[in-house]
Amino acid sequence: MGTASAAGGQAAPLPGRSPADGYLEHAAGYVLNDGPKLITSRLVHDDSFTLARYEATGGYDGLRAALETTPAAVHDEVRAATLLGRGGAGFPAGVKWGFLPPGKHPYYLVVNGDESEPGTYKDRLLMERDPHQLIEGCLIACYALGLQQCFLYVRGEMALAQERIAAALNEAYAAGYVGRGICGSDFSVDIVMAWGAGAYIVGEETGLIESLEGRRGMPRLKPPYFPAAVGLYGQPTIVNNVETLSNLPWLMVNGSDAYKGFGSESSPGTRMFAVSGHLRRPGVYEVEHGVTTFRELLYGDNFCRGIRDGHELKMFIPGGGSAPWFFEDHLDLPLEARPVGAAGSMLGSGAIVVMDDTTDAVRAAWRVVKFFARESCGKCTPCREGTTWLEQILRRILDGDGRPSDIDLLLDVGDNISPGPYPVAAHDGQEAVPFPPRQTTICPLGPSAVAPVVSTIRRFRHEYEAKITRRDPIPIEVVPVGASQ
Amino acid sequence: MTLSAANEARAAEIISMFPRPRSALIPLLHLAQAQDGYLTDEAMRRIGELVGATPAEVKGTAGFYEMFRFEPLGTYLVNVCTNISCFLWGGEELLEHACESLGVEVGGTTDDRMFTVEEAECIAACTEAPCLQVNYRYRGRMTPDDFDRLIEDLRDGRVDVAGHGVLAQVSQMIPADRLAGVVPPERAREAPVWLGRNEAGVTG
Repeated sequence: MGTASAAGGQAAPLPGRSPADGYLEHAAGYVLNDGPKLITSRLVHDDSFTLARYEATGGYDGLRAALETTPAAVHDEVRAATLLGRGGAGFPAGVKWGFLPPGKHPYYLVVNGDESEPGTYKDRLLMERDPHQLIEGCLIACYALGLQQCFLYVRGEMALAQERIAAALNEAYAAGYVGRGICGSDFSVDIVMAWGAGAYIVGEETGLIESLEGRRGMPRLKPPYFPAAVGLYGQPTIVNNVETLSNLPWLMVNGSDAYKGFGSESSPGTRMFAVSGHLRRPGVYEVEHGVTTFRELLYGDNFCRGIRDGHELKMFIPGGGSAPWFFEDHLDLPLEARPVGAAGSMLGSGAIVVMDDTTDAVRAAWRVVKFFARESCGKCTPCREGTTWLEQILRRILDGDGRPSDIDLLLDVGDNISPGPYPVAAHDGQEAVPFPPRQTTICPLGPSAVAPVVSTIRRFRHEYEAKITRRDPIPIEVVPVGASQ
Repeated sequence: MTLSAANEARAAEIISMFPRPRSALIPLLHLAQAQDGYLTDEAMRRIGELVGATPAEVKGTAGFYEMFRFEPLGTYLVNVCTNISCFLWGGEELLEHACESLGVEVGGTTDDRMFTVEEAECIAACTEAPCLQVNYRYRGRMTPDDFDRLIEDLRDGRVDVAGHGVLAQVSQMIPADRLAGVVPPERAREAPVWLGRNEAGVTG
């Protein structure tokens, strides 16, 4: 354990909460506010996870609507809606679906419910609170693409989500929504729950497939870049995020035109954001995609209502632990992939972590780097060695053993994982370097560990320098070769 | 110990849900861990036989995943999150308090074998910081006092949390007459019938 109270301010009592603030007792963290509810409409009910409630609130109508039209028409509808993937990369689902090579059956669907990105927890809420919506989304995707089996992979640590999904699948099978002859039609597909056992890297889609094949969840070499070409058992496989699929029932019932009535033109619909940290009203919000700004989300009365009393914003992570950090200058950016990417970061997994002026930038960066060092799968040397080096160098700076050369060393180690200019936000007249980073690794985990380091050195170099009191070089005793000890 | 008769039957059901037996490996390891609280060599050897993997492959795979344990833990595994969002609201102090009040180091188990305390990375309850899990069941917005009360309640049996290794209390069951059919990929080369549907709803 390190020294206590270094984050500052955390001795302050936790702010109170009341139902009047929109918090629901049965869905911890979710805030029911004003605004469109496309995928969280049922969360207000404490029995939202049951088939009875689901059917009473329009459940499986999207599946019925899909079954009344052709698979190709369903695919067209999803393509027309520009439904962007909600896992992190933000790739349009309809386009990803189009990568399936014709005729190479069987095709599989793998649902990525391995939500582990620091700061993120929307998929867990959707799995725990509305599992039937996810199951219906899976069915619509399987119908549209001719996918022959679906594997719903839930993060290992989420015992309640596993329980709710298992129970929902049992109900859905018994009611004829899943399995043989769905709703009396010729559409038949099995959905099977699988679950992990504690490995962040399994959230990477090829790592997830390895895990589903009963192996270590290490990402596969690319190319092929997309599991849609070569995936589970070498077969074409669609890997979609939980939130992405949870949008499909609404989309099938209401159509792509209605869907595009929300959000911006290039980022339609709504998106879930988990906003945590030093806020008056932290929570998971369903937000109109692309039109809401960070300022509105962090300070707006309908959302987080500002930084906790008596403090100012210092910095925030805009898209999960892997994202370069933002500052006050970036508050007016819209919650939309392209402008956020151009400004040097990413919206990623919809996780925003807000830090106020009591936060120690170096220690906060170390916390995030330590995560990646622990979770590196060890396949690529720059990541396996580099993330550990970054963690240990930051640790010695925090412990008072830092050396003046350590700041350059951190940047150099980072450059070995992600060569060239690393994505950063504009600062002090210097322009932003756009996302994504380059990488010497198979997957983006290694480059993600560089994000907090570069972000904080760029903006708070003086905090590093203040912690480095040692003088170079560290005196060492030189023992000549061959000298007797 | 090796798998019980009931778990042998459950293992067969799990294997039947996947196109290849090896895909059942992780679920079966969870089944064994739920039975014994950790993975015994006997159970891993048996699971290897069931899914067609060597004992070394089974242990080598299990060792990759943090949740699998090769030694017994306390009845209750307490995972205190110290990742960024919890750190901002006192996660480090909560972990320190947990260790002090139970008299263990991080990773240690109490003498009565009731509690093991570990430092967790983000467990996806970030607005509920600082948070922890007891055998993977959530407790959010924990103060040191809340923590002590929770420990007392667990000791006195006032809260019901299943022993380490047990995750979901409900298992997926597919009735034989509802199963669409799970077959290895080499036996599913034909396009599914519904994919050929045309505008008139006729399969062609």
